Amino acid sequence: MKYFQLVWASLFRKKARTTLTLLSVVAAFLLFGLLDAVRVAFTVPDESLDGAKRLVVSSKLSIIQPLPYSLKAQIDRIDGVEKSGYANWFGGIYQDQKNFFPNFAVSPEYIELYPELALPPEQKKAFAETRTGAIVGENLAKKFGWKIGDKIPLQATIFPNKTGGNTWTFDLVGIFHGATPEDRRNEDQMIFRYDYFDEGRTFGTGTVGWYVVKAADPAQANRIAQQIDKLSANSANETKTQTEKEFQLAFVKQLGDIGLIVTSIMAAVFFTILLLTGNTMAQAVRERIPELAVLKTIGFGNRTVLGLVLGEALLLIALGGFIGLGLAAGAAKGLSAAFQGGVFALTPRSWLLGALIILALGLIVGLPPALRAMRLKIVDALSGH
Amino acid sequence: MNNLVSIKSLTKAYERGKQRVEVLHGIDLDIAAGDFVALMGPSGSGKTTLLNLIGGLDTPSTGSITVDGQRIDQMNSGELAKWRSANVGFVFQFYNLLPMLSALKNVELPLLLTSLSAAQRKRNAEIALQLVGLGERVHHKPKELSGGQEQRVAIARAIVSDPKLLVCDEPTGDLDRQTADEILRLLQTLNREHGKTIVMVTHDPKAAEYARRQLHLDKGTLVNDAAATA
Repeated sequence: MKYFQLVWASLFRKKARTTLTLLSVVAAFLLFGLLDAVRVAFTVPDESLDGAKRLVVSSKLSIIQPLPYSLKAQIDRIDGVEKSGYANWFGGIYQDQKNFFPNFAVSPEYIELYPELALPPEQKKAFAETRTGAIVGENLAKKFGWKIGDKIPLQATIFPNKTGGNTWTFDLVGIFHGATPEDRRNEDQMIFRYDYFDEGRTFGTGTVGWYVVKAADPAQANRIAQQIDKLSANSANETKTQTEKEFQLAFVKQLGDIGLIVTSIMAAVFFTILLLTGNTMAQAVRERIPELAVLKTIGFGNRTVLGLVLGEALLLIALGGFIGLGLAAGAAKGLSAAFQGGVFALTPRSWLLGALIILALGLIVGLPPALRAMRLKIVDALSGH
Repeated sequence: MNNLVSIKSLTKAYERGKQRVEVLHGIDLDIAAGDFVALMGPSGSGKTTLLNLIGGLDTPSTGSITVDGQRIDQMNSGELAKWRSANVGFVFQFYNLLPMLSALKNVELPLLLTSLSAAQRKRNAEIALQLVGLGERVHHKPKELSGGQEQRVAIARAIVSDPKLLVCDEPTGDLDRQTADEILRLLQTLNREHGKTIVMVTHDPKAAEYARRQLHLDKGTLVNDAAATA
C-alpha cells in the first residue's frame, strides 16, 4: 500500500492521455457488462428444481411440427411421470406489429406445471372456469394498462379464427407474477385456454405444439425422456424429449448463437483496448526511463520496479473496468425497467468474468513495459542511452 | 582517519561492438570517512565511471571496492540495490526529481524502502527539507521550484535515509554561480557539521575549492591528488 501513491501519481502524470485511455476502458467494460447481461437474459435457462424436473416433448423434425393429442395418455402412463400438459405457440399481436410478446395456448395442467408463475387462487379458479379466459404476466399488464375484466383482442399471424377473421378476443381473468426475481423474465407472457384455441382454429385441431412433462424425481428424467421418445419411434410423429434447459437453449439458438455473437464483439473490443492501453503504457514507460533509473539508483530493486509498472497497468485497467461494470449494472437495471419484465442484470458470474478479464488485460498490457523497466541498466538510462 | 572507501587495482572496460574499451586503468584510491573529495578531469577521463562504481551503480571489470567495510564489487544487483538504499545518497546535475510528486513526496521516496511508518517517513522528509532550507516549500512540485531549490530537494532526498556517503555528479553544472555557491556551501555544511563523506564530480575549479581534497583523472588514471584550500 505504501507504493500506491507513487503508482497513482505515475499513472496520472499525463492526465489527458490517461483520462482518455481510462474512458476507452470504461466504455469497453460498459459494453461487456451490457452484452453479458443480454447474453445471460437470453441464454441462461431456468435451473430451479422445478426446471430440473420438467421435460419438453416436441417433434423430432421441428419445433413447429405438431404432435397428436393421443400421446398425452401414453405419456401419463409412464412410470415416474407426475403430471403432463401441453401448449401451442399462437404468435398473436396486440394492435400493432411492434407489440409483440410471447403468447400461447395451454392445457389445464400447465399452471400446475409452472408453480413459478404465481397466480392467486381465485384467479386460477376463474381461468379454469372461463373458456375465453387468459392470464398475463404483471409486467405485460402494466405495459398495456390491462386489468382483470378487460377484453384483449389479438391478431392471429398463424391461426385464423373459424368465425372468419384473424381477431381472437380473450377475457383477462388473472395476472401472474414471477415467484422469484429470476422468474420475472416470464412476466411478459400471455397464456390462454387450449380448448378455446383448438376449437376456434381453422386447421391443426387435435394436435399440440409441445408437451411439458414433470418427473417425480429429477434423477429419473433421462429414463423418462427415453421412454417417451420410444412411444412414437418409427411413427410419423417421432418426438424429441429434452430437459427444459436443453429445450430453451435450442429455442434461443433459432435466434442465432447469442453467446458467439457477444463473444465475437467482446473479443474485437478487448483486442482494441489491448492495443490502446498497451501503447499508452509503453509510451508512458518510454518517457519515464530516467525517472525509473532514479528509483533504481536510490535502491528500488528490479522486482519492485517491475511491480510498480505492472501495478500501474493493472490500476488503469481495474479502474476503468470496474467503473465500466458498475455503469453497466446501473444501465442493466434501467433496461430491465424500460423493458418491464426483462431481467437484464450483471450476475456474480459476469462480475467474476469481468474481474478475470481485468487481470488478464492488466498483465498482458503491463508486462512488456514492466520487464523493460526491470531490465533497465541504471548507468545507461541515466546517461540517456 | 578511517577509510570509508578503499579502491584497489580498479579497472573498468566496456564492449563497444567487437572492441573492448578500457575506461579506468588500475585505480588505487582511499577516501577517508568525513572527507569531501572533488573528482576533476576532462570529458571522457572516467570521472563519472569512477563515481558510478563508488556509488554501486556499476560493477568493475577487475579490482576491488570496499565501502564501509563491505566489498561492493562482489555484490549482485539485488544486494547492491539494498546497499545503495541504506548507504549512499545521490545528487545529479539535472536534479532528477519525479515531476508528479511534491517536494515532500520526492524526499520520502528512499524511505519507502524502509520499515518506517507513513507518519515517520513524513516527519523525516520534513526534517531533511528543513535542513536544506526548504521547510516552507514541502508541497510544491518540482516545476514550481527554481533550479537551486530543485537541487536542494534532491540533496534532501539524498540525505533523508542518513547515508554515510554522498555521491554527487556535477551538482552545480546546471546552476548560475550564486546558486551554485549556495548548493556547494550546503554540501560543505553536510560534510563538516553532519559528517557526510562526499565524492563530487565537477568540471568547475571553483566548485572543487569547496572540497577538502581534489583528485584529477586523465584518460582513466589518477594523475594528481591535492588537498584543497577551502
